[in-house]
Amino acid sequence: MESEHITADCIEATEFPDLVTRYRVQAVPRTVINQEHALEGSMPEEHFLDTILGAVQPPEEGAKA
Amino acid sequence: MGLLREEDLQEIRRRLEAMTTPVKMVHFTQELNLEYGRETRQVLEELAGLSEKLSLEVYDFLLDKEKVAKYGVDKVPATIIRNGKDYGIRYYGLPAGYEFSTVLDAILDVSKGESGLGAESREKLSHLSQPLHLEVFVTPT
Repeated sequence: MESEHITADCIEATEFPDLVTRYRVQAVPRTVINQEHALEGSMPEEHFLDTILGAVQPPEEGAKA
Repeated sequence: MGLLREEDLQEIRRRLEAMTTPVKMVHFTQELNLEYGRETRQVLEELAGLSEKLSLEVYDFLLDKEKVAKYGVDKVPATIIRNGKDYGIRYYGLPAGYEFSTVLDAILDVSKGESGLGAESREKLSHLSQPLHLEVFVTPT
């Protein structure tokens, strides 16, 4: 909701076993970012956000923005 | 018999009273080969009945190709939670147990047009310049 660029899916793991296999989901919650990065567990908002943003944009670009 | 428990209905209605703008749940399903398809649709129908500001549209994943393409749905059951605007929020599967609350939270956030994130987070996100697709895997508890 805070950016036009973001889409967010919540996926019930047991109903989509092929995605669980593809993304190697072994524990929940597991958050997959742009189909390639992943992070596991829940964490404080700031840490979560920094991890996600770090995965999608190089640090220097983030610093410029 | 309803899938939502009688003792929960009052609490859900109470939470939905906080809605401001109308929210639409756009649901995609199919008749066959879907383990919890019928239950998912029923839960959403019961939920939609609990607030005048909440509505439900149901489409067939196999037949309604135009809507499937519009919403970029690639698996079912899929539920888009939107108001006049589609924020890119989707729930795939049956929202059971704790995840039912996740859907309620999403409905309330969308209705108020507020993500609930802190000011610092919103500031950081406002600089995002490329697509960010999050897929959060959960299990019913």
